[in-house]
Amino acid sequence: MTTAATAQPTASRQYPAHGTPWWRRVLLTREFAIIGLLVVAFLYANAAVPHFNSPLTLYFLGLDNAEIMLIALPLALVVITGEIDLSVASVVGLSSVLVGLLHQDAGLSIPLAGLIAIVAGAVAGAFNGFLVAYVRLPSLAVTIGTMALFRGLAVGLLGTKAKTEFPTYWTHLAQEHIGSSRYPVIVIPILVLLVFFVWLLHFSPFGRGVYEIGLNDEAAHFSGVNVERTKFLLFVLTATISAFAGIYITLRNGNARGDNATGDELKIVAAVLLGGVSIFGGRGALHGVVAGVLLLGVIQSALRLENVTVNVINIVIGVLLVLSVISSSVLSWLSRQRSGPSPGLFRRRPAVAAAVPFPGTAPTTKG
Amino acid sequence: MTTLTAPGTLSSPLRHTLAGLLRSREIAIAVVAVLVVAVTTAKNHQFLFAANGWRDLLLTPSILLLLAVGETAVVITRSVDLSIGSVVGLTAYLTGRLFIAHPGLPVGLVFLIGLAAGGVLGLVNGVLVAFGRVPALVITLGTMYVYRGIFLTWAGSNRVNASDLPDSFLRLGTQQVLTIPVLTIIAVVVLAVAGYYLYSARGGRELYAIGSDPDAARLYGLRVTRRVLTAFVLSGAMAGLAGVATAARYGTVSANAGLNLELQAVGAAVIGGVAIFGGSGTVWGAALGAFLLVTINRALPVIGVQDFWQQFVVGAMIIGAIVLDRVLSIRRDRKIAAATSAARAAARGNS
Repeated sequence: MTTAATAQPTASRQYPAHGTPWWRRVLLTREFAIIGLLVVAFLYANAAVPHFNSPLTLYFLGLDNAEIMLIALPLALVVITGEIDLSVASVVGLSSVLVGLLHQDAGLSIPLAGLIAIVAGAVAGAFNGFLVAYVRLPSLAVTIGTMALFRGLAVGLLGTKAKTEFPTYWTHLAQEHIGSSRYPVIVIPILVLLVFFVWLLHFSPFGRGVYEIGLNDEAAHFSGVNVERTKFLLFVLTATISAFAGIYITLRNGNARGDNATGDELKIVAAVLLGGVSIFGGRGALHGVVAGVLLLGVIQSALRLENVTVNVINIVIGVLLVLSVISSSVLSWLSRQRSGPSPGLFRRRPAVAAAVPFPGTAPTTKG
Repeated sequence: MTTLTAPGTLSSPLRHTLAGLLRSREIAIAVVAVLVVAVTTAKNHQFLFAANGWRDLLLTPSILLLLAVGETAVVITRSVDLSIGSVVGLTAYLTGRLFIAHPGLPVGLVFLIGLAAGGVLGLVNGVLVAFGRVPALVITLGTMYVYRGIFLTWAGSNRVNASDLPDSFLRLGTQQVLTIPVLTIIAVVVLAVAGYYLYSARGGRELYAIGSDPDAARLYGLRVTRRVLTAFVLSGAMAGLAGVATAARYGTVSANAGLNLELQAVGAAVIGGVAIFGGSGTVWGAALGAFLLVTINRALPVIGVQDFWQQFVVGAMIIGAIVLDRVLSIRRDRKIAAATSAARAAARGNS
C-alpha cells in the first residue's frame, strides 16, 4: 500500500482505498466473504450431505426462497438509504388474502385479482413511504405500526378461514420447471428484477442518490438528490414486489391465509444484512444480498436434509447474523490496532472515512 | 432554557401546572384507557362487573407491563431489544422444568431464578451491542432467533402443563390481595422502582442523556458502554420475570409462549410517548400504553368487533401515536422559535 502511495508523490490527493490493486479491492470485501462462504457451504453440502446433490434440491431451493429473494432486492435499497421496512411480510399476507377473496368470492380471474392485489400493495407502500419520507417519521416505528396494521387487515378480512380453491393452471405454473431444466419458473421474474435492481442501484443516477442518502441525507439533498422522492419510491417498490411475492406463495401453496409469511420480515432483513448491507445505510451491494439469501437457503436445505429441526436452523441463522455484524466490527478494530488509518481487510465506513486528508503525511509518519 | 417559558404564558402557576398536565402524554393515555373501560362496561356490564371482570382488567396487562418497562429503558438509550419475546418463552419453560425437577422449590426462589436467567440473556445482548459497537436492532434480531431456537430445541415436543406446576405457584397467578391480583402488584412495584430510578437517579438520567446524544454523552464523560449494558440487563431481567409470570398465569408453556411480544412491548412504549430514537418518554407512559393496548384488545370482542381485527387496531394506534408526537413536536418547535425571537426582540429593545 505504501509503495503505491510513494510511487507518485506529486499526486495532489491520495486515497489509500485506491492504492491497492483493483483485484484486492474487489475481492477483499464483505460481499466476496459471503460469496466465499456460500461456495464453501454449497460444496460441503454437495460432498457430505446425502441427497443434496440431487436436481430436486436446486428446484426446491429456488421454489422455497423465491419470496425471500424477491423482497430482499428492493429492501436492500431501502436499508442502504438508512431506513428499514418491517411491514413486508404483512403486505405478503394482505396480498395473499386479497387474491383469495377476489378470486373466490368476487369471481375475478387470477390475473385481474393479482393486479388488484399488486395495486393494493403499492398503496400500502405509498402509505409507509409518505409517513417516512414526507412526514419524516422514523421508519422503524412506522413499519412496526404498519406491520401490525396490514397484518391486522389481512387477518381481519379472512378471519381464521383459508381460501384454497385456485385454478390448477395457475397453481401448476407456480411450481413448473423452466423447460426441462431443474429451475422453477419463478426464477425468471427473479432474474428480471435482479437485472432491473442491479441497473437501478449500481448503474443509474438514482442508485448513486440511494448511497448518498444513506451516507448523509443532508449532503445528498444539497447535491441535488430528491431525498423524499427517492425514499418514497423505494417504499412503494418494496411493497409492490412484496404483493407480487404474496400472489406467488398463494398459488405455490394453493392457499390464501391471513397469517401467510408471518415472521418472514425478520428472515428477509437477516438475509439482507448477512449480505453485507450496513444497517446504518450507505453501504452494500446486490451481489452480496443475493449471496446472503442463497447462503441462508443452502444452510436451511442442507440442515433439513440432515434431519436437523427447524429450531436448530433458527439458532444457526441467528448466530450467523450476529457473527456477520460482529466480525466486521472486530476486523476493523483489529486493522485499526495494526496499522492506524490504513484500510482494513473488511472496510467499513469509519475506515473509509479515515482516508488520508493531506498529501504525503500519512506514509511518512507511518514509515 | 429559561427562554422556553415565554413571558405571558406564565400568568399563574396553577394555570401552568394545569396546562402541563393536559399536555402530558401519560394523562392523555390514562383518560383514553378509562374511556375505553367505561364505554365497554356500558355496552356490557360483564366486562367490569363479572366475577373475574375487575381481576382480569388488572391481571391481563401485567405481563406486557413488565416487558414495556424493560423495553423503555433500552429504547430511551436509542437502542431496541427484539429478543424479549424469546426470553419470555425460554424463562417460562425454564420455570416449568425447575418445578418438574424440584417440585418443592420455594416460589420466591423461582421468581429470582427467572429474573437472573433473563438478566443473563440480556447481558449477552448488552455485551454484543455495547462492546461490538453494532446496532441493537441487528444483534437482538439475531438473539431473538437464537433464544427461541434454544427454547424449542430444549423443549422438543414436550410442553409444560398445569399438572407439572405446584398449586401454590398456580394460585399465585390468580391470587388477589385486597381485590388486586398479586402479579399486578409485582408489576406495579417493579414499575414504581424503575420509574423512580429513571426519573431521579443519576444512572437513569444518564440513560436519557445517552439517548439524546450518544457522542455528547461520551464527550461529557458518561460511561456509555456500562449504562447501555445495564439497560439491556434490565430489559432481559424484566422479560425473565414476565416469563415466570406467564407460567404462573397460564399454567401451560407451549411452543409459542412469548411469540411476538417484543413488538407489542415496543408498540406499548411508542403509544405511551417513548420516542423510538431515544432520549424521551417515561416508563409510566409505557405502562399505561401497555394497559391501553391490552384493554382495547380485550374490549373489541365485547363491543362486537371480531377479535381478528385486534392487530389492525394495535397498528392504527401505533401509527396514530407517532403521527401525534410529530404534530405536537412541530407545534412545540414553532412556539419555542416564536418565543425566542420575541425574547430577542425584547432584549434588543431594552439595550
